[in-house]
Amino acid sequence: MQNTAGQNNTNIRALIEEKKKTKSIGRTMEKMVPGILLVIAGVSIFTTIGILFTLIAETFLFFKEVSIIEFFTGTELKPLGDNAVFGVLPLLTGTLISTVIAMLVAIPIGLMTAIYLSEYASEKARRILKPILEILAGIPTIVYGFFAFTFVTPLLRSFIPGLEPTNILSPGIVMGIMIIPMVASLSEDAMSSVPNAMREGALALGSTKLEVTFKVVLPAAISGIIASFVLGISRAIGETMIVTIASGSSKNFTFDVTQSMQTMTAYIVEVSGGEAAAGTTLYHSLYAVAFTLFVFTLVMNMIAQYISRRFREEY
Amino acid sequence: MKYIDNNLVQKKMGSRLLRNKLAKLFFLLATLFGLFVLVILIYRVIRDGAAWIDFDFINNKLSTDPERAGIMGAILGTLWLMLVVAPVTMILGIGTAIYLEEYAKKGKLQALIQTNISNLAGVPSVVFGLLGLTVFVRGMDLGNIVLAGGLTMALLVLPVVVVAAQEAIRAVPGFLREASYGMGATKWQTIKNVVLPASLPGILTGTILALSRAIGETAPLVVIGIPALLIPLPDGVFDKFTILPVQIYYWTLDSALVAEYTNLAAATIVILLVVLFLMNSVAIFIRNKFQQRF
Amino acid sequence: MPALAENNKIQVFTSMEEAPKNVSTKKVVYDTKDLNLWYGDDHALKNINLSIYENEVTAIIGPSGCGKSTYIKTLNRMVELIPVVRISGEILYRERNILERTYKVEDLRTKVGMVFQKPNPFPKSIYENVAYGPKIHGIRDKKTLDEIVEKSLKGAAIWDEVKDRLNENAYGLSGGQQQRLCIARALAIEPDVILMDEPTSALDPISTLKVEELVQELKKDFSIIIVTHNMQQAARISDKTAFFLSGEVVEFAQTDKIFSNPSDKRTEDYITGRFG
Repeated sequence: MQNTAGQNNTNIRALIEEKKKTKSIGRTMEKMVPGILLVIAGVSIFTTIGILFTLIAETFLFFKEVSIIEFFTGTELKPLGDNAVFGVLPLLTGTLISTVIAMLVAIPIGLMTAIYLSEYASEKARRILKPILEILAGIPTIVYGFFAFTFVTPLLRSFIPGLEPTNILSPGIVMGIMIIPMVASLSEDAMSSVPNAMREGALALGSTKLEVTFKVVLPAAISGIIASFVLGISRAIGETMIVTIASGSSKNFTFDVTQSMQTMTAYIVEVSGGEAAAGTTLYHSLYAVAFTLFVFTLVMNMIAQYISRRFREEY
Repeated sequence: MKYIDNNLVQKKMGSRLLRNKLAKLFFLLATLFGLFVLVILIYRVIRDGAAWIDFDFINNKLSTDPERAGIMGAILGTLWLMLVVAPVTMILGIGTAIYLEEYAKKGKLQALIQTNISNLAGVPSVVFGLLGLTVFVRGMDLGNIVLAGGLTMALLVLPVVVVAAQEAIRAVPGFLREASYGMGATKWQTIKNVVLPASLPGILTGTILALSRAIGETAPLVVIGIPALLIPLPDGVFDKFTILPVQIYYWTLDSALVAEYTNLAAATIVILLVVLFLMNSVAIFIRNKFQQRF
Repeated sequence: MPALAENNKIQVFTSMEEAPKNVSTKKVVYDTKDLNLWYGDDHALKNINLSIYENEVTAIIGPSGCGKSTYIKTLNRMVELIPVVRISGEILYRERNILERTYKVEDLRTKVGMVFQKPNPFPKSIYENVAYGPKIHGIRDKKTLDEIVEKSLKGAAIWDEVKDRLNENAYGLSGGQQQRLCIARALAIEPDVILMDEPTSALDPISTLKVEELVQELKKDFSIIIVTHNMQQAARISDKTAFFLSGEVVEFAQTDKIFSNPSDKRTEDYITGRFG
């Protein structure tokens, strides 16, 4: 009635009104979609619950067979044979030492890379260098493992005579190299978000770029930078293939980096890939170690989240 | 009297500038270190492996004899695995992202799911392997077949897809939604017809990157128990299987025993890196070609 | 502030008195009664009372932040996309209160088309942009869609410019063409009312002129409510004008009257450019 435009040919309005009556499928869809999506979104929650439940349940069984004190204070780990002993300290030192070595490589080089990219590099240099870092970050860890075992270890052995064919030093270093891109890109993000006005203020007083970097930019970006270190540590703790391949499976309690050591992750791979039958103490030990690993990485991630949230600079 | 002694400033200026120059050089060297390692790594695998890549190497089944060994089984296994991972992780990832961005009310549930996803992203992959071993391989009694491995891997890379899809959905400007609502479209119609098509390039890019992460993952699948020498070729998602990185792992482990295994591992690495390079190229292509700038 | 509300009512009443022929011949499309709206604690619309008539162009003017955009977005309830909004009062559209909980917004928005401040075509082809509305309302037949697209594009005076490239992406069009495409998109569901929220503010003068001419043309078939910060535009194209200030309707009358002989001092100040 009100629209004359519809007279000459199709009357759209009438068509729409007519279709409206038959649109019930659409209406049911509209009602069902939020529910379906909620169920899908719930899968991630169930994954976490699944992880926690399996780890805790089997760990509980493990501690019925092995005392929790023996597990956390024992320096001897002999999971096979009749007189099996389950002390986790050899694995903890293995994990700790490989992580320390990795961070000794990743933190200085990653941070210097971030400084170069954020403060010194020209736009052109950045456009070339950043994709290279991304490629480095995208290389599968198994390839780094191969690299550690077939290249870095022989190389190190040529000037460290006592170095064993499998040792913690080489995979530690390679793990560090693997983590460089992560530390570099997260730190660079933090530094790039420092407003230029702060830099200009210092430069206008005659500061050199180096002074601006250390006296203005780094202090302002410190929380983001530290969070990148913590995330790097978490990554190193959870890294599996490099150490599994290049550090062997010796369960000695030692601090000598030229020796073979096993990390928690490598233990899980060794035992689960082997002959552990379900229900045995050996099988349960897998979960006790994995639970310990899970707690370590979770704590690290939460610290990183806390730091970047708590100390987020408001510019 | 003057507080600033210009002569002194001048004298110090030289050393300050020198320090700045030296530092810049160090920073540059540190940055180039990554490039340096990358070059050596690629040079090494090509030197050790390239000569071993031929039609037989691609087409043959596994064998203890290095001269006859081929990676057809691992290639098929990787393909079958991706056929499970891709749809599962896309449905779960995109669904979760739509829920979080479009339907969830700002509140406890939304914050819980969001925090949970960022925490899941930090769980070591080997722990996902144990989850897969416990739930899919043993709990559901699937055994170490493609389906069990694929589901495990889909959960592992889920956070990557969710975060990428969330970012893509968030980047769809409000004025497009307004235009759709203004036409009398319902929420789901708006999401289906406007939001998803506009965010699809971003979602696809994220999914491909997640898949390339899955293709290179080794630990979870070793944990769910892939045999070191599996000769039959997988025919579907219910078959036992092996994949490229797992094969690299077993060959590298035994390279001290059989020297040629180093070459087999390197050759397989070359293939794996080429696949990853192609996938990333496709992702970058999609991002540059189809991403709409608003 | 009951005094103010009183004041508004009187003015609206006055304006109707001065336009008796409209009251007798034309039907009311929108009747707004004591509308109040808050963004959180911010009282954005205060006791709005306005009647909008069929086949007229009603312009809403006022300085930025006066609530004019908020008001027009309340008319198709788009304002509810902002989560902290609270509304009281009544808006009768064709004699039904659209603020009632049971009123389906989708139905309302099917009858009330909207053109936005910035051209906002979908990143789809020109054809798909126009066909979007009919499609979501269930029209799938290709021939019908073709007819609707052609008719709407002609209605928006853009057909001749785009008829040879209907399958090209709408983002290839100029800003002015995009805005007319958005008008075509709104026409494609044959709305009863078209709301225009500063539709020319992002356009160059020539495109603006084309859109203004189009509005004059569309008025024959549709009721149009247009928000503008451009007073000349309001004077050129509208039949009635409402002047908003700080969330209130200061004056609502025939456009001629508003611009030649405003009854309120504040209207006069605004019109003569003394503020805003």
